[in-house]
Amino acid sequence: MSGSGDPARVVIDANGIDTLIAILAKRGYEVLGPVRRDGAIVHEPIASTDDLPRGWIDEQRGGHYRLKQEGDAYFAYTVGPSSWKRVLHPPRQPLWRSEIRDGEVAIEAASVDTQRRALIGVRACELAAIAVQDRVFLEGPYQDRHYAARRAGLFIVAVNCGRAVETCFCVSMDTGPEARAGFDIALTEIANGRFVATAGSDDGAARLAELPTRPAEPSELDAAAAAIETAAGQMTRTLETEGLPDLLTSNPDHPRWDDVAQRCLNCANCTMVCPTCFCTDVEEVNDLDGGGAARVQQWASCFTTDFTYLHGGGAVRDSVRSRYRQWMTHKLATWHDQFGTSGCVGCGRCIAWCPVGIDITEEAAAMRGARGGG
Amino acid sequence: MGAKPRLGVFKFSSCDGCQLSLLDCEDELLAIVGAIDIAYFPEATRADDTGHYDIALVEGSVTTLHEAKIIHSIRERSTRLITIGACATSGGIQALKNGADVAEFISAVYAHPDYIATLDSATPIKDHVPVDYELRGCPIAKHQLIELIAATLAGRWPRTPPHATCMECKRAGHVCVMVAQGTPCLGPVTHAGCGALCPGYARGCYGCFGPKENANTAALAARLAEDGATGRDIRRLFSTYNANAPAFRQEAQRHG
Repeated sequence: MSGSGDPARVVIDANGIDTLIAILAKRGYEVLGPVRRDGAIVHEPIASTDDLPRGWIDEQRGGHYRLKQEGDAYFAYTVGPSSWKRVLHPPRQPLWRSEIRDGEVAIEAASVDTQRRALIGVRACELAAIAVQDRVFLEGPYQDRHYAARRAGLFIVAVNCGRAVETCFCVSMDTGPEARAGFDIALTEIANGRFVATAGSDDGAARLAELPTRPAEPSELDAAAAAIETAAGQMTRTLETEGLPDLLTSNPDHPRWDDVAQRCLNCANCTMVCPTCFCTDVEEVNDLDGGGAARVQQWASCFTTDFTYLHGGGAVRDSVRSRYRQWMTHKLATWHDQFGTSGCVGCGRCIAWCPVGIDITEEAAAMRGARGGG
Repeated sequence: MGAKPRLGVFKFSSCDGCQLSLLDCEDELLAIVGAIDIAYFPEATRADDTGHYDIALVEGSVTTLHEAKIIHSIRERSTRLITIGACATSGGIQALKNGADVAEFISAVYAHPDYIATLDSATPIKDHVPVDYELRGCPIAKHQLIELIAATLAGRWPRTPPHATCMECKRAGHVCVMVAQGTPCLGPVTHAGCGALCPGYARGCYGCFGPKENANTAALAARLAEDGATGRDIRRLFSTYNANAPAFRQEAQRHG
């Protein structure tokens, strides 16, 4: 690193980000970013930095999420209820339609979504979640063509976290708070609406070169590093992953499963907000006139009895105890066997958005016999 | 294709809102009329109730002696009897009178109590005759009614999942009103079907579709109490359109 700073790391301000948004829009991308809506930060189309939730931060704990105004940062909030899963693997996805033509059944597959999208403000834990879903949908024996099409058209602008909330535990999952891979451009917000930017791909470098930037000063790089260290230091919650898969798979009758079943609403919110939970089922939609029908895939959850209903045999997992155990054991243990990674990225959504605040880190610690959570 | 299935729509003690959901189908109504023979439906036609029905849609609770008798005749003359709405499936809001002093209610409400002939309780249709399928809701959801008809015509089981309203809420992209605003919400214990209508307007769920499968009402009530709800608040929350549904009734009783 020279005295004039690292040439690969440049400083950009809000005007520069506005330029980036405009360039991406002009290149045909739908630009999605964080906006404040109904008391939370969610992802919606944005036109400029004016749409961003500047000066808003979040407070989170089990079953609790509140926004409040503090400071003037654009990205001081952490993660909200909707993950990018909603974009890449949407809640409802038509698969095919069938018609009866001249007495023959004709089946037509649903077309894939080729719209290119730019995601602004993707956090390190969310990049990790996208990498997990890539393994699920793209890297196994079967590819999900709808996911593949949406994934291929992404331009990702990551934001390194400068702040953590009570529910965050990405440090213990080794997924954050700094984005290490899987982005086109990464930003770290320093002060006064300035960001240290770095490219993570050729495409990202090309876009960055089109923006008004200057090389980052050493003091600015220090400030960026300090912001990330602050986020890491604020993280009090941990999930001890050492030996966790064995612990869970060898304890199917642990009394803690009965304990959590008393508290669990089996409402499925944890699976809906989880950025890696990928399960779906299909429903048939019949036309009232004629023999036309459609198959539609939609988000499902292992917390419902329908999920393990077998024809003629009822539900395999008919107790709440068995369903919570399935979810947690899959997420933290058998996911490794299936996909070579944990299914948990430490974003903490399942803790904050559980109406009764059940905490996966606390449950795991209790199984271990230790005091858990943060 | 054989003859069109013969449909009868029957009203018991109710507000007619669920029957009107059939007329509300608007865009699909012509297709429905093309696919089924609406043989008896006093809200829409003048035909008398005669003969056998392939499908009987029954709205309302059994609240009078006459209703307690006539439901058996309808059952005997119907291949499939399907109850529609909270009144028919759990007793409805009028079931708030169950266990209370009905004579006192009547004298408080009506100028001439002697004109009123009513049973002491409002009960769901399934307490009187076997029911083949039920559609929840106050009122029922139009899309579920269409699904019921389409599935019946296609010869498959209808799909009206008994899981939590929360799943519809999250799929719709609504922000949880309980977690983000502290608003009491019955979504986590309520049967899906409405599409999470109220949370979409930043209101808590009122439980119009009644208890979901494995409704853990006690855990939800404990959470509401932590947030400051009194026993009376919790009792009232569970005592509305599905007050007589066992899971809701029992939870209300636990709070006074």
